[in-house]
Amino acid sequence: MLPSEPIISVERLTKKFGAFTAVNAISFEVMKGEIFGFLGANGAGKTTAMKILIGISRPTSGKATVAGFDIYKQTEQIKKSIGYMSQRFSLYNDLTIRENIEFFGGIYGLTARQIRDKGEALVEKLGLQDKFNQPISDLPLGWKQKLAFSVALLHDPQIIFLDEPTGGVDPVTRRMFWNMIYEAAHRGVTIFVTTHYMDEAEYCNRVSMMVDGRLEALDSPARLKETYGVNSMNDVFLKLARNQNGTTSA
Amino acid sequence: MEIKVESISKLFGDVRALDDVSFEVKPGELFGLIGPDGGGKTTLFRILTTLVLPDSGHAIVAGHPLTDYKAIRRSVGYMPGRFSLYQDLTVEENLKFFASIFGTTVDENYELIRDIYVQIERFRNRRAGALSGGMKQKLALCCALIHRPRVLFLDEPTTGVDPVSRREFWEMLGRLRQGGMAILVSTAYMDEASLCDRVALIQDGRILTTNTTAHITATFGRPLFAIRTSNIYEVTLDLQSYTFTRSIYPFGEYLHYTDKRETPDPDEVGAFLRDKGHGDVELSVIEPTIEDAFMELAENNTKPAHNAAI
Repeated sequence: MLPSEPIISVERLTKKFGAFTAVNAISFEVMKGEIFGFLGANGAGKTTAMKILIGISRPTSGKATVAGFDIYKQTEQIKKSIGYMSQRFSLYNDLTIRENIEFFGGIYGLTARQIRDKGEALVEKLGLQDKFNQPISDLPLGWKQKLAFSVALLHDPQIIFLDEPTGGVDPVTRRMFWNMIYEAAHRGVTIFVTTHYMDEAEYCNRVSMMVDGRLEALDSPARLKETYGVNSMNDVFLKLARNQNGTTSA
Repeated sequence: MEIKVESISKLFGDVRALDDVSFEVKPGELFGLIGPDGGGKTTLFRILTTLVLPDSGHAIVAGHPLTDYKAIRRSVGYMPGRFSLYQDLTVEENLKFFASIFGTTVDENYELIRDIYVQIERFRNRRAGALSGGMKQKLALCCALIHRPRVLFLDEPTTGVDPVSRREFWEMLGRLRQGGMAILVSTAYMDEASLCDRVALIQDGRILTTNTTAHITATFGRPLFAIRTSNIYEVTLDLQSYTFTRSIYPFGEYLHYTDKRETPDPDEVGAFLRDKGHGDVELSVIEPTIEDAFMELAENNTKPAHNAAI
């Protein structure tokens, strides 16, 4: 249960757009089975770094491996080893739950039998059997997000990347969503998550904080609060993001 | 009253977007509409800014009934949830444009926006589409204010915005209110409720309650325990199977727990958990937050078929 072996290793990873350095020589490791929070202000470089790690953007320099695969040469293997969901791109609204499962299962190369078995287990677990053949657009946002999370896990990825998965979701559903995250982590899936809810930062084993392209802090929530002498992750965030450049990076 | 909403309902097909909604906002009041996406907040904004008609009910905005839409539109500022300035115009051009369609000039009302505008002034020749999220939001607020409205409508101005920019935004709203402007602001972030003078909690088109956050949390009505543990996941599972558990939710570094009994004993709950092997649990009785209150009210409101909260 205790995380020990790294599943993501990042070394001096850098991405420049012209004269602008979006990601500035960041280094860190994420351990297997860990819930790893990736925080930062808008524009701090989180999305850029995440795009590199999921194999859809090439860094300017630096090294990284994800699930043992190199981010320069083995992006296709990386994509097969990870799941991804974001607030914006969840599932296809015009397709039914069944069709979405078949579509994403097919993309990840599952057999028809695997898709059927896993799909049935998934809807049963979520209690959505009676909605199986209905378009996703009929579901409330919270349910869509829970379904999207389950679908992102369909191909048994080693790591799942979650980009603000709970934005705008009601407080009860937000907590049900985190319970699903805990459950997946308990099974050994590594969770890499961004959020603007600072209470959710507390749910992570370790939290990293990006400020202006650099990784300014990385530790457990308890240690971060201790280091910065504050009582909440919100205050840790404010201290780090505000100290950096006097004004703000927004 | 700067805004008076009386029994407004709105149906889209067979979806009841707003169900008998009523509340009032006074001059100089910062009033929050707090609730998750899909709760009806945007529909209400669109009705109060005269963009859609309600199916039933009445409202007065800045002294005018909804039918007097021209007068209302002159008197209100509206910042919609989706960025809706002209992306191809510069910061300065957008501001001038909005001033001119309201028959005023930037100079005339500069005092009102100065605090905000100085933060984006160095980008005044940049096109709006090329601004970062926080900067766009500040420009949108300037444009909504430039004709010195009596009533300001802000639909989820802080969604997707990081905690630093969110805090600055709320500080700006606090200053505007002091000038007597009535502000109706919606948010899905529960922690922002305490920054409003009063709030209405809204879910599924219905207002769950309207009051100050202090009043709302005071009516929680049962003891709330905070449980601290190094193993949130296992403790949650064990409490889900505990006879007396009424609700158990993660809350930052704590779990929040309510009990089915009227006067539960924290020591007894603690003993149960220690028996289960959680030697490090610490229990304390705490005051509920607005988010606890919201979840409690929402639960009573919807009466879901499934009672497994987690």
